[in-house]
Amino acid sequence: MSEIPPEDVAQEAPASDRPSTSQLVEQAVVLPGEALDLPATPAAEHVTLNEQRVRQVLAMGGGDWAEVTARRHAEDDDDIMVINMGPQHPSTHGVLRLVLELRGEEVVSCQPVVGYLHTGIEKTAEFRTWVQGVTLVTRMDYLAPLFNETAYCLAVEKLLGVQAPPRAQALRVLMMELNRVASHLVWLATTGLELGALSVMLYGFREREEILDILEDVTGLRMNHAWVRPAGVSQDLPDGTEEKVRKFVADMRGKADEYETLLTNNPIWLERTKGIGHLSQDQLVDLGVTGPMLRASGLAHDLRKVEPYCGYEQYDFEVPTATGSDVYARYQVRLAEMRESLRIVEQVLDSLPGGPTMVEDPKVGWPARLALGPDGLGNSPAHVNHIMGESMEALIHHFKMVTEGFKVPAGEVYVTVESPRGELGYHVVSDGGNLPYRVHVRDPSFVNLQTGGPMVGGLLVADVIAAMSSIDPVLGGVDR
Amino acid sequence: MQPRDAVATPPDAIQPVLTGLRERFGEVELQVTGSRGEVTVELDRAHLVEVATWLRDDPAARFRHLSDLSGTDYLDRPDRLCVDYHLYSFDHNVRLRLKVRVTVEDPHVPSLTGVWSTANWHEREVYDFFGVRFDGHPNLTRIEMPEDWKGHPQRKDYPLGGVDVDYIGAHVPPPDTRRYRGGWTST
Repeated sequence: MSEIPPEDVAQEAPASDRPSTSQLVEQAVVLPGEALDLPATPAAEHVTLNEQRVRQVLAMGGGDWAEVTARRHAEDDDDIMVINMGPQHPSTHGVLRLVLELRGEEVVSCQPVVGYLHTGIEKTAEFRTWVQGVTLVTRMDYLAPLFNETAYCLAVEKLLGVQAPPRAQALRVLMMELNRVASHLVWLATTGLELGALSVMLYGFREREEILDILEDVTGLRMNHAWVRPAGVSQDLPDGTEEKVRKFVADMRGKADEYETLLTNNPIWLERTKGIGHLSQDQLVDLGVTGPMLRASGLAHDLRKVEPYCGYEQYDFEVPTATGSDVYARYQVRLAEMRESLRIVEQVLDSLPGGPTMVEDPKVGWPARLALGPDGLGNSPAHVNHIMGESMEALIHHFKMVTEGFKVPAGEVYVTVESPRGELGYHVVSDGGNLPYRVHVRDPSFVNLQTGGPMVGGLLVADVIAAMSSIDPVLGGVDR
Repeated sequence: MQPRDAVATPPDAIQPVLTGLRERFGEVELQVTGSRGEVTVELDRAHLVEVATWLRDDPAARFRHLSDLSGTDYLDRPDRLCVDYHLYSFDHNVRLRLKVRVTVEDPHVPSLTGVWSTANWHEREVYDFFGVRFDGHPNLTRIEMPEDWKGHPQRKDYPLGGVDVDYIGAHVPPPDTRRYRGGWTST
C-alpha cells in the first residue's frame, strides 16, 4: 500500500465517476487541522468542514472508508463526520476497526471492519496432520483455546468414529469450564476498565491469573495449550491439581459476590449499561447471534443442554438468561454463567472417572505419554526405553504416527460446542488422507460482531464502547 | 436428551422436514444423503432461495438459525466450488446441511442475505477465499484479505508461497526453496 502525496487528493473526483473501490487509493483520513503541515484555511464559510480536514492519505484497505466518505462528499452533508475507531483503539479488544458516521456525538452508522489479524489458519491446517491441527486451532480464539481444541477434536473423532475415554471427556469439561470462567473474567475486567471501573479490571485479571496457573500446571502453557488431542487429552492431571481447583472454586464464589457488590447496583454502571446496545430476540436470531448475547434476550439456548457433548448431560447446571437484551443483561448472564461453571467444575471433580486419558487403539492414539524425564518434559522414559531398546515395530509405529499421522475416513462433519462467546462450529472435511481436506471454523465472535452495525445506531460515541464490548469479540477468532 | 456423542443415525425430528420438502418441492431434484448422523440436502442453485425460505418458515422445519456457511474446493470435480449451509432449528433441535455446487467458470450462487441476515459476512468470506459470487449480496467485498488481493487463497490450486507480495515489493519463495535463518539447526 503506497502513500499518496497530499496534493493528489486535494482534487477529489466526484463520487459518480470514481474508479471501483479496489482502485481507490484516496482513502483520506480525517485529522485535526493542526496536526497537518498545511497552511491554515482562512475563511471557514467558503470551505466545507470536510475539505478543511481531508488532506492526508493513509492506505486503509477494506474500502469501506472510501465508500463512506465518497457518499458523504456526494451528499455534501457537513454535519456528518466520518471517523475511524480503531484498529488501534484501546477499547476495541484487538485490531477491530469501526467506521463511524457521527452527527455530533450521535452515531449515525457504524461499520465494523475486520481482517487485520487474518493468519490463514484454515488454509495452514490443510498442510498439517490431523494431530498438528490442534496446535493451529488453539490459536484462533485465544481467550478460549480449550474450546477450539475440543471442538476440533470432537470433529476429528466424529469422522474417525471413535470416542475419547470417559476420564478424558471429564477432564475436557473440567478444563473448558475453568477456561470459560477465565474468559468471562477477561470480559468483565476489560469492560469494567472501558467503562471506568478500574478495580473490576484489577480483580478480574487477578482471579484469571489463578486459573491460568491451574491451566499451566495441567497443560504446561498459559494459553495455546494443544492439550486436547484427537481421541483423548495429552496428559493427565498432575498431583495436587484437584485440591488447587477446589480451593479456587471456593474462593471464586466469594469473588463473584464481590464483583456483584461493586457493579450490580452501582449507579454509574447501571447508567452506562442499562438500555445500551439493545437488540430484539428476533433480530439476534436473524443475525445468527449465539451465546450470552442470545441468552440475555431470554432464549435459553445452550448447546451443552440441547446437544450435549463430552458428557455434559451428567452434570446439573442451569442456563442463565436475562430479558433486557442490553449490555447490563449480558453482564448478568455472564456473571451467572461463571457461577454455573464453578458448579460444573465441582461436579466433575466429585465424579471424576478413572482410566486412561487417550484411546487404547494404537492406530489413533498417540504412542507416547508425556512425562517429566531427566531432561525436562518429553516422552516418558519407559516409552523411550521400549522403542529404543526393545521393539523395532514399536519404533516404526512411533515414527509413522509422529511424522505421518493417522488417516481419517473420507466424509464431512459439522460439530459445535458452546464456547464462552456462543456456538463454536467446526466444519471438517476429510478426503481419507492424513491431512484435513478442509477445516472451516464458525467462530462466534465473527458472527456476533455483525451486530456492531445495527446495535449502535443512535447511540452516543461513549456508548459504542459499552455496546461493542458487550459482544465480547476476540479478533483472533474473528479473523482466523 | 440423548447425548450427541452416541448419535450415529439422524434424529427422528428430521423426517417431517424431509417429507415436507419432498411434498412442497416434488419437482425439484433434491439429493438427500445421511452420514454420521448428519443429513445433507444437495440442490441446484436455482432453487436455493425458495427452499431456504421454506425451511426457515415452515412449522415442520423452522430453521431460524443459519449456523454456518462455508465453502470448500473439491479440485477433482467439474463443479469444484461447494457452498455448505448449516442450519439449526431452535424449535425442533435438529440440524440440516444444504449443499450447492458451482463451477469455477460460472461461480454464481444466489445470496441468502434476504433469508438470514447473518449470511452477510459468511458470504463475503466465501467470496474472499473461494471466489463464489453471491448474487444479490448488498456488499460483496473481501472481508479478511486486503481488498487489492489477487486470487482466492483457499482454492486448492492457489499456490502456497511463490507469489509476489506487492505491498512490500518482496517475493516469497516456494516452501521447498526457502532458506531459514537461525533457529533451525542446533549448535
